[in-house]
Amino acid sequence: MIYDVSIGAIIIFVCFVVLVLILSFYFARKTKTANSYYAAGGTIHWSVNGIAFAGDYLSAASFLGICGMIAYAGYDGFLYSIGYLAGWVVALFVVAEPLKRMGKFTFADALDNKFNSKGIKLTAAISTLIVSLFYLIPQMVGAGDLVVPLLGLPHWVGVVIVGSIVILIVATAGMTSTTYVQFIKGGMLIIVTVILTVFILNKGLDANPHDDYHVFTSLEASFDDNGKLLLNDDSKAEILYVTEGAAGKERFAKMKFNGYERWFRLIEKDNTVLLEESLSVTDPTSGDVLYNGAEKSARQFYQVGHMYRIISEGQEVESTGGLNPFKFLTKIEDSEIIIYTKAIVEDGDDRVSVYYPKVVPGTSVMKPGMIFKLANGTGWDKLNFISLMLALFLGTSALPHILIRYYTVPSQRAARKSTIVAIAAIGFFYILTLFLGFGAMINGVIDVTSSNMSGPLLAKMFGVGIFSLISAIAFATVLGTVSGLIVASSGAIAHDFIDNYLNKQMTDKAKVRAGKISAFVVGIIAIILGILFQGMNVSFLVGLAFAVAASANLPAIIMILFWKKTTSKGVSASIVTGIASSIILILLSPTMFERYGMLKTDAIWPLDNPGIVSIPLSFAILVVVSLLTKKKETQLGIVKE
Amino acid sequence: MLHEPSAELNEDKSADKKAKLGLKFFFVYLFLYVFFVFLCVYKPELIGQRVFLGLNLAVVYGFFLIIIAIIMGFIYNLICTRLENKYNEGREV
Repeated sequence: MIYDVSIGAIIIFVCFVVLVLILSFYFARKTKTANSYYAAGGTIHWSVNGIAFAGDYLSAASFLGICGMIAYAGYDGFLYSIGYLAGWVVALFVVAEPLKRMGKFTFADALDNKFNSKGIKLTAAISTLIVSLFYLIPQMVGAGDLVVPLLGLPHWVGVVIVGSIVILIVATAGMTSTTYVQFIKGGMLIIVTVILTVFILNKGLDANPHDDYHVFTSLEASFDDNGKLLLNDDSKAEILYVTEGAAGKERFAKMKFNGYERWFRLIEKDNTVLLEESLSVTDPTSGDVLYNGAEKSARQFYQVGHMYRIISEGQEVESTGGLNPFKFLTKIEDSEIIIYTKAIVEDGDDRVSVYYPKVVPGTSVMKPGMIFKLANGTGWDKLNFISLMLALFLGTSALPHILIRYYTVPSQRAARKSTIVAIAAIGFFYILTLFLGFGAMINGVIDVTSSNMSGPLLAKMFGVGIFSLISAIAFATVLGTVSGLIVASSGAIAHDFIDNYLNKQMTDKAKVRAGKISAFVVGIIAIILGILFQGMNVSFLVGLAFAVAASANLPAIIMILFWKKTTSKGVSASIVTGIASSIILILLSPTMFERYGMLKTDAIWPLDNPGIVSIPLSFAILVVVSLLTKKKETQLGIVKE
Repeated sequence: MLHEPSAELNEDKSADKKAKLGLKFFFVYLFLYVFFVFLCVYKPELIGQRVFLGLNLAVVYGFFLIIIAIIMGFIYNLICTRLENKYNEGREV
């Protein structure tokens, strides 16, 4: 393990959880009707709802995922910030007020407002459930990632803890407590992020990021006449053998170094051979995972990432001291940075992930290109990027847990105002993500096995106090977002499916009970999925959730609002097509193939994000089916001429 | 069974005008967003050029897209509020 358990962090976290639970039980006494359970009685003030929107939206994906992605890949992570924020423009200018006008508790209510169709009730409920589950996965993965450094517990325990607390919150008080949890968390997240950004700027750039930073070794070597690699000075280490990475781009030497079996990258340049110390994670066929050839507890695994050469005012310097926000970014761009790149090596039957250092110019991390190969990439690479940006733009206004928040305020005017408060708060936070991400990249805090922890680990460098606060808020981030998603899911099951689709006659009390039971079931499913998807970047996973939401829900919302020939069958067909096409394409994508244990290049479908196919397809199906069924529905009086 | 809104609302006589205004704002922002994506994909050499206070176009445009969304939101709200007051004679909608 490369981080210590922090007692301060545990205390703050426990206090926060207790506060949240007290709040939940307080509101539980007021939650007697379905309206108060699903929509907080429609009485929340727009300013509170706006910050709660921010709390809902600034999920694990934003705080953990984006910071981690920028820390690993520079500006490409910031593209998520831009896309996520842009999505709110669609919500504000197109969706917010009509949806408030048309709906009651759930997004399905709004879609079905004009049709009273069983098909829409069923498909919208299924869509809400699937999108919420897709969105739940990264939140639960983030929860598991957080618990490792905070409490020193395994990933799965974190997932179970968060899942259990959330079930308790939602099953007690529903939307009212969820709203106030989100309000507190959203506000605190923004305040603490500002404080952390001030710390980062005040520190500036430093070639030696902190006192505990591990200095990586470079060993000189040469090939003998038989082509065998020999160390020039063999007193420090012993070469065991040399092999190629699975991708065939790099060569690595397995070595005995400081008593452990370690991996070094082999570099041949200008008639010299260098062996550069790297990090490795060995996943053996039997036994524990080894970190740099040792168990976690041996502390042989290091946090990484630092400035290689700092250029300030044309001179190379050791450190810059405090910088203003513009200078911070421009000096990184002027300088060179060490980042870590992953390669897979087969060591007998064992699979080894080797993370080796690489010097990159600041200019390349300050523009797109580290993840999205746009300058020299193929047409598919460009299409993949366009697909992601499309999904992010259209996904926000199709997320069920965001849409239900429009029913917690009393009027359309309040819905609009709360959206604007949300845009301002979220936009401000996203600007700060750039500083948090680059702060993590250059300050030697990155854990290469978990990009999601970059933000909290950066905070830890500035002291246990701020780390404790950040970790507690990050937990609350997950708690709040998961609560919102579970309310949305339970609404889909209890309100849309049982009450409206099956038309079960239930008392108001029975409706609330059905919602709570549904919340429990969805919570258990979320826990299982969070454990299964351990290790994936949460922002990437949320990008997929956006694609599913934009494909399944947005065409239906937009066409109902703006195309009078839309029929109920068209809406249902569009939702089903959007769900099926986006999920199938995700399952066939390169990243999922890597998840199945195969190579990305083996993937059947070349794009990671399905939006560019599934969103237009969903629109097209809606139009075609509506045109084919319009006459029949007109005769039945469902659609007016 | 048709559904009612979560709170009883008066008819909003400014709804059509607000919807048209919203669409105009949406298309303005869509243009800015699409142009940004276009630059990233087809003009990667341009997006790395320094354009303002030493920052490159990628950073400046990214910040601009976030800040302009906030500004457009405030302007939109201002105009919508005036429309609501004018057409609904002060009734809550």
